[in-house]
Amino acid sequence: MEQIITEQTTEKQVTPKSPRPEVVIRIKNASVRFNVAGEQVDNLKEYFVKLVKRELRFKEFYALKDINLVIQKGESWALIGSNGAGKSTLLKLICGILTPYKGTVSVKGEVAPLIELGAGFDPNLTAKENIFINGAILGHSRKFMKEQYESIVEFAELEDFMDLPIKNYSSGMRARLGFAVATVVDPDILIVDEALAVGDAAFQAKCRKRIRELLDRGTTLLYVSHVKAPVLELCEHAVWLEHGEIRKLGATKHVYWAYEQYLAGKKH
Amino acid sequence: MKKIITTVRGWFRRFSRYWDLLVLLVQRDIKLKYRRSFLGYLWSILTPLLSMAVMAIVFTKMFKRSIENYPLYLICGNILFSFMRESTNQALYSVIGNAALLKKTYVPKYIFTLSKVTSCMVNFVLSLGALLIVMIATGQPFRWMNLLIIVPTVELYVFCVGLGLLLAAGTVFFRDIKNIWSVITLAWMYLTPIFYSVESFNESKEPGVIAVSTLGIIIRRFNPMYMYIQQFRYFIMQYEVALIEVPCHLLIWRGAICSVLMLIIGLLTFNATKNKFILYI
Repeated sequence: MEQIITEQTTEKQVTPKSPRPEVVIRIKNASVRFNVAGEQVDNLKEYFVKLVKRELRFKEFYALKDINLVIQKGESWALIGSNGAGKSTLLKLICGILTPYKGTVSVKGEVAPLIELGAGFDPNLTAKENIFINGAILGHSRKFMKEQYESIVEFAELEDFMDLPIKNYSSGMRARLGFAVATVVDPDILIVDEALAVGDAAFQAKCRKRIRELLDRGTTLLYVSHVKAPVLELCEHAVWLEHGEIRKLGATKHVYWAYEQYLAGKKH
Repeated sequence: MKKIITTVRGWFRRFSRYWDLLVLLVQRDIKLKYRRSFLGYLWSILTPLLSMAVMAIVFTKMFKRSIENYPLYLICGNILFSFMRESTNQALYSVIGNAALLKKTYVPKYIFTLSKVTSCMVNFVLSLGALLIVMIATGQPFRWMNLLIIVPTVELYVFCVGLGLLLAAGTVFFRDIKNIWSVITLAWMYLTPIFYSVESFNESKEPGVIAVSTLGIIIRRFNPMYMYIQQFRYFIMQYEVALIEVPCHLLIWRGAICSVLMLIIGLLTFNATKNKFILYI
């Protein structure tokens, strides 16, 4: 059933069920280490003062410790865990934004991160201009974006607001636009990091439907959320991270149950 | 050898993938620069003209006698130096300014630096209109030779890309580079013959004997901006001698060496540190 190699079970790897599974993400013994300075020194003046006074000390901090994860094509994974558990760091590792300090990460195919709340949007540009820039950031050509423009606008249901600067958009509208651009092609790997929480209920349902369609067509999904319902609805598998380590992985129901137990224990 | 070819091919493939992004970012910068301003792109021409007028009025009394066609001399130096200052200042913020985006998705980071320097280059090309106006107003004849200004322009562009990459990478780790840089560009401006000529450092102690001052030599040899500006002036103002005189050849070669060297330094620094950016932005 499980196609995951955890640290403990590296030797006795469970044979996958499908005849020739295609591994899209393989993370092997990956650790991410941050140098957290006692105080963050980010200017030359302080750097030299500290250097002279011999006060330059760095504390090492592991955001992720020895992560082992194998994800196959078409699977849907939820990442759960408390704030600061390392979920976003793991996603960054997969996106290629972070490189592991130790271990290896190999990813096959195009990763489409849902750029939440318009991180990729320039507030002074109109929505139309932003669609093209955002598409280019995801690596789509301008020609392709021109062809897809209509369908993006239609999906986002923002036909009347295309010439408005993004700064006048509400966060929900921005999320709609971001989702529409990110899912314009069937990405090999779709990363959804709490981006849907801002849309209204109707749009959230629409997004979940689109995600399910993508899953049916073979997209791999990585989903981060603190809301239980969509996690259980969309994801077959789940990873529970705590303090940078994998606490449990497997079927979503079991992992989520264990996570809830843990949370309940923490409260009392 | 084969390995090198495949790596270079990989670079180009990745670059071509983000070519459209580069074009869009440059368009964005130009669009936003003058959005909501009454005169719009005309400012690209007006700003250098006005600053030239101010400098001409201030300095005319001091240097006019020794420099022929002083307004033209001024504006040549001015637009080139402004391009350097603008592009490096913009490049400085290019990585930290896109922190939100770089934290979320993978984009080659140099694209942002390159796009800033390139949009300043577009602005520079627009400001050549001001040069044209001054040439007409001062009765400077036009020659085909004038088109050779493309040589120092390309050299300066490459130089600024290299310098921009170096500054962008440095600013990620040390935010006060931006304060230091404004002081450095100020000093650099005074050490560049924009409103004076480098010959004015030479003192003639006795008639006929000219002692070349050390400062003059340092500027000639080690100030890249002098190399680009002086080349530019040769092609605009002294085209008769531009390709015959030895100094002009020397300037072209030295300028090219400086550009390539700066580009290599910038690329190496940027490349060596780019994976650590995410921890500091």
